[in-house]
Amino acid sequence: MTSEHIKIRRTPKAPRQEMPCQLPLARRRNFCEVAIGFTEEQALLEAQRCINCKNPTCITGCPVEINIPHFIMSILNRDYIGAANIIREKNSLPAICGRVCQQEDQCERLCVNGIKGVPVGIGRLERFVADYQIDRGAFTAPAVARPTGKRVALVGSGPASLTAAGDLARMGHKVTVFEALHKLGGVLAYGIPEFRLPKSIVGTEIRQLENIGVEFVTSCVIGRTETVDELLDEEGYDAVFLATGAGLPYFLNLPGENLAGIYSANEFLTRVNLMKGYKFPEYDTPVRVGKRVAVLGAGNTAMDAARVALRLGPEKVYMIYRRSRAEVPARAEEVEHAREEGIEFMFLTNPTQFFGDTRGWVTGMEVIDMELTELDDSGRRRPVPIKGSERSFDVDTVIVAVGQGPNPLVQSTTPGLETTRWGNIVTDEKGLTSRPGLYAGGDVVRGGSTVILAMGDGKRAASAINEYLMTNGRHKN
Amino acid sequence: MGNLILETSAIAEGICRFIIDAPRIAKKRKAGNFVIVRANEYAERIPLTIVDSDPDRGSITVIVQSAGKSTRLLNSLHAGDELADVAGPLGHPTLIENFGTAVCIGGGVGTAEVLPIARAAKAAGNEVISIIGARSQSLLILEAEMRETSDELYIVTDDGSYGRKGLVVDPLGDLIFEGRDPSVIYAIGPIPMMRAVAELTEPYNIKTFVSLNPVMIDGTGMCGGCRVVVDGKTRFACVDGPEFDAHQVDFNTLILRNRAYADEERLSLERFETEQVVRFEGLV
Repeated sequence: MTSEHIKIRRTPKAPRQEMPCQLPLARRRNFCEVAIGFTEEQALLEAQRCINCKNPTCITGCPVEINIPHFIMSILNRDYIGAANIIREKNSLPAICGRVCQQEDQCERLCVNGIKGVPVGIGRLERFVADYQIDRGAFTAPAVARPTGKRVALVGSGPASLTAAGDLARMGHKVTVFEALHKLGGVLAYGIPEFRLPKSIVGTEIRQLENIGVEFVTSCVIGRTETVDELLDEEGYDAVFLATGAGLPYFLNLPGENLAGIYSANEFLTRVNLMKGYKFPEYDTPVRVGKRVAVLGAGNTAMDAARVALRLGPEKVYMIYRRSRAEVPARAEEVEHAREEGIEFMFLTNPTQFFGDTRGWVTGMEVIDMELTELDDSGRRRPVPIKGSERSFDVDTVIVAVGQGPNPLVQSTTPGLETTRWGNIVTDEKGLTSRPGLYAGGDVVRGGSTVILAMGDGKRAASAINEYLMTNGRHKN
Repeated sequence: MGNLILETSAIAEGICRFIIDAPRIAKKRKAGNFVIVRANEYAERIPLTIVDSDPDRGSITVIVQSAGKSTRLLNSLHAGDELADVAGPLGHPTLIENFGTAVCIGGGVGTAEVLPIARAAKAAGNEVISIIGARSQSLLILEAEMRETSDELYIVTDDGSYGRKGLVVDPLGDLIFEGRDPSVIYAIGPIPMMRAVAELTEPYNIKTFVSLNPVMIDGTGMCGGCRVVVDGKTRFACVDGPEFDAHQVDFNTLILRNRAYADEERLSLERFETEQVVRFEGLV
């Protein structure tokens, strides 16, 4: 269908289309996707809300600068695959970003409609066209530049690496991605649960990369199986991109924290998402959730852990957070979904110790009430304990989701690589580390951050690596 | 992709030796390193110490004792079968110098883990005294290999069916009382054995290392499932260990955490055994 036959209406004041979802009572006990996705009719109605403004500020809000008005125009022309391809010019993982990006803090925050009304549902439209393309398998092979003869090793297979892989391969470089685990995707595979990001979608996006010549090596732990210097000196790679993520869970160092039944969010999510513990005993890795679960923290990882725990059948899931509702770092939509599903929030509450039985299993915990005082370094009000407000209650599962640091395996085996005192790799704005030819991005640089910011890093690093390879390059002995 | 099993052999009752194709790991591994193995798409990721490697052939050797479902599943595989994944070499290599006299103690299948350490200690110029033990003769492994690499070898069995009747701490105690003055002790085996060795050597201030075997998943420091308490601090056995100063290890926490999934392990094993019976009867 061509555009001249369709009269395009613009209705910025029409209500924003609601995302169809599984009902809370149904979805709280299954692992199927919560948000079902727009119908075609909804996508058209939502697309009409875009006024195609002259100065599209939404694009500046996007870390990978997708031409948002252009793809929305294609939707209105009912060219959904064309719309998906416009997104793919900048973003090789649209079906993933359409699901997990914090659009409300990025493109949608800067949408002109939002000044007086409600912003266009850009993320939902992105997802609609990406799914439309995947469902029909209607991929067009992107143009790949003439082979340059240069080889790039990417360490980790999360969003930063997958993005850099796509860009570098299209620039004509030979790309190999090394993943420590047996499954590709990094946090998209082990961290984000199936009901928020179906693993088949991650697999589809990875196959698109394979189709343009990206090579993937699983179960290869850089820093152990090979070091970065071996990749450069022995395996002949011309540049390396380090995107190993935030894979080191923090604990609280409270009494009783090593009791059985107390997991890091990483362990809990890995058991369920990567090892399919929710299908035990069909799958061999067990995961045990009792009747009363406490999740410590209120970030996106905590929210994922709480909602996964709920789906394993406990009576109660509590989220315990030391600050107030206003400071919750998780996406508003995830908090709302969690609340609808029956997760109970305990704000201004901090754990102080855990109790266990003679078998070493956790049976309860003590918490203390907190109050907010003056602003701290993070610009948020500092929570301090209220003396004498300690109280205890029964829990039989605890999930610690108070943040993650960078995994140190690469940093500790790569001489000359500058890191912060928390172990994050230091880079310039293009992703170059303290060593020529070594670039880094994503959570290993930023600390726990988001999928789309990692992808933005992957993009910038790919372009910097390309420039490095095509100009001076590496001086080989 | 997967890793091909090149050879298997039963070396004792319920204990198999595997030679596995893993060229990258073979090139890099040192004494004390382990691999994470996943037998198939449904299987757990389990840690196994690398007993030996052949960089020319591109292979590593691991030894597995049937205990739960995952180890029984591995021991049902044959040469020509493929493992879904093998990742490594993981963990810190054993700290080995020319200390003087090194006592290498292996209990049960722990002997497989102490063999590469004994060899490395010998190669570093130490006098190597080894003590290996098992519940009974039919479970004793690697006697010839340990004898070959040791200046002295003591054998004990719980039931006295072979060697001296008793525990591995018995000959160790004798060595200490005789004034042999070991400079370093490496002890690997069941937790009660490692704890007994630690308790024996602590008053004499003999440097003692044990290799801890907590439940692990990723093996790269990502999940914290393998956390152990050493010197009052939480450490991850996969990246901070697996070997630690025996006198600082909180063995009680290790025992309790290792039992956490006992019920599920039993269920998994029963299910596996039923499947085996069904498969067997199907053949008849």
